[in-house]
Amino acid sequence: MVDILKTVLIISSITGALAYLLSLANKTIGNYGEKKMIINEEYDYVVDGGDTLLTALIDNEIFIPSACGGKGSCGYCKVKVNDGGGRFLPTESGYVSKDEQEEGIRLSCQLKVKEDIKIEIDEELFNVKQYDYNINFITDVTPKIKHLRVQLPDDNEISFKPGQYIQILTPKYKGNRDEVYRAYSIASAPKENQNLELFIGYIPNGICTTYVHQHLTPSDKITIVGPYGDFFYQHSDREMVMVAIGTGMAPIMSILKYMRDEHIDRKVTFYFGARTRDDLYMIGELEALAKDLPRFRLITCLSRPTEACNWDGEKGRVTNLIEKYLDNGPECEAYLCGSPVMIDSVTPLLQEKGIPEEYIFYDKFE
Amino acid sequence: MVDINPLVIFIASIFTNNMILSNFLGMCSFIAVSNEIETSFSLGQAVTFVLTCTSLLNYLIYNYILEPLGLEYLRYIIFIIVIAAFVQLVEMVIERYFEHLYFSLGIFLPLITVNCAILGVSLFMVIRNYDLIQSVLFGAGSGIGWTLAIVSLAGMRKKLKNAKIPKGLEGPGITLIITGIMALAFLGFSGIVQIQ
Repeated sequence: MVDILKTVLIISSITGALAYLLSLANKTIGNYGEKKMIINEEYDYVVDGGDTLLTALIDNEIFIPSACGGKGSCGYCKVKVNDGGGRFLPTESGYVSKDEQEEGIRLSCQLKVKEDIKIEIDEELFNVKQYDYNINFITDVTPKIKHLRVQLPDDNEISFKPGQYIQILTPKYKGNRDEVYRAYSIASAPKENQNLELFIGYIPNGICTTYVHQHLTPSDKITIVGPYGDFFYQHSDREMVMVAIGTGMAPIMSILKYMRDEHIDRKVTFYFGARTRDDLYMIGELEALAKDLPRFRLITCLSRPTEACNWDGEKGRVTNLIEKYLDNGPECEAYLCGSPVMIDSVTPLLQEKGIPEEYIFYDKFE
Repeated sequence: MVDINPLVIFIASIFTNNMILSNFLGMCSFIAVSNEIETSFSLGQAVTFVLTCTSLLNYLIYNYILEPLGLEYLRYIIFIIVIAAFVQLVEMVIERYFEHLYFSLGIFLPLITVNCAILGVSLFMVIRNYDLIQSVLFGAGSGIGWTLAIVSLAGMRKKLKNAKIPKGLEGPGITLIITGIMALAFLGFSGIVQIQ
């Protein structure tokens, strides 16, 4: 008995003494005091010195993109630091190229704020907010794609440009030990500023897709941060060529709804590809949009139609469609959305057809 | 207390009783961080520093707290806690006050918290009944020996970058073989001095 007491006492007191020492050190040595963070030479914030820049930004409700949650493993949270960033860290070098280093680009999750710091971020990012959304519904639109509609809590509003995306904070669940952010394009109209609609395809072992497809229930809340992205509707008079496969249809749908709401009358051709008839979704909605947009034309194709599909439409890939139907490239601008493979094969084709490179906008789902 | 000249222990722990090459302790960072001479030297410095300090600290704790109370069997857990806390503290100090050092050495500190060479030294000094001076020199010597081994390995791996190595042996495979041959070579020193 005495032995047990003695053992416990000694271990606890030595550990306790060390813990005391460490917390003391954290309060004194690890405390860098309050530092000033100046963004874009305009906005001043006071941040806790010693925090990482990413934490300092999030504490001030500035949500820059980050998929890994600050572990230095995604490389999305790059920020331009003009002054006070300290030396470049070895942990950043994997994600920041030599050229970027020279410009002052840093990985904000690695860099600690130890002195007053001056940074530059995209003005748009001030618009980014994180909320716990309520779920209106989750339905299957194809065997592999879920249609999710969420609502902002209270009377908050979100303002985004048609074509932009948000990130879902995937919580921990059985089989997923880390919180991660994953990006999904918004499919709803900017006018409905209290709701978001998303199409989420199932990817085997995908962290967020598994969460949405197998764990999320309508009574849950879902944490979403956004909007982000430089892929959005461009005001011009050029004829629009839209190309999407799978869930890539989401931002296109948002753009179309925006055009409907704003009564924009432009010639639009939407090439929408899928594998089988089951994978063509939201066709009813697209046809309804076609009624409101007089010069909108939807062309669908199936790459692998089966007997059961009973398909007498176009067969093949979207590239075949473009080959066949697009004949006035120089007058067009293009919006592409989908897998990298699709985008990398469509872009050169569109250029060949005469669409100038600066008029080809795309969102690669990687 | 054993009657060996502390300097003999110091020399022996560098050459004949090298932590890596004769005890195979501290292998993980030895294999993982031996790509560049510069970084492996920095890591070696960090290991040497931590080894010297923790062998002193652990000596004091063992001989003045654990042994008088008859709690020798707690040495594993106490040594590990002391090493971890010490490394954490040193990291904070270096990050704050020695920025330059932090970049060459500081980032390796977390890596060596669980380096078994460090726990090994603390345990060996207890098992071998070293006194204070012997223990500290044993710690310092082991650190220098560890540095010597990792820097030589890094030097060799640098040359190997241009060599044709069978696919299956690339990376850790060939490194382990080199380590084995180095260990054989270091056996040649065993005539000089011998502890244990």
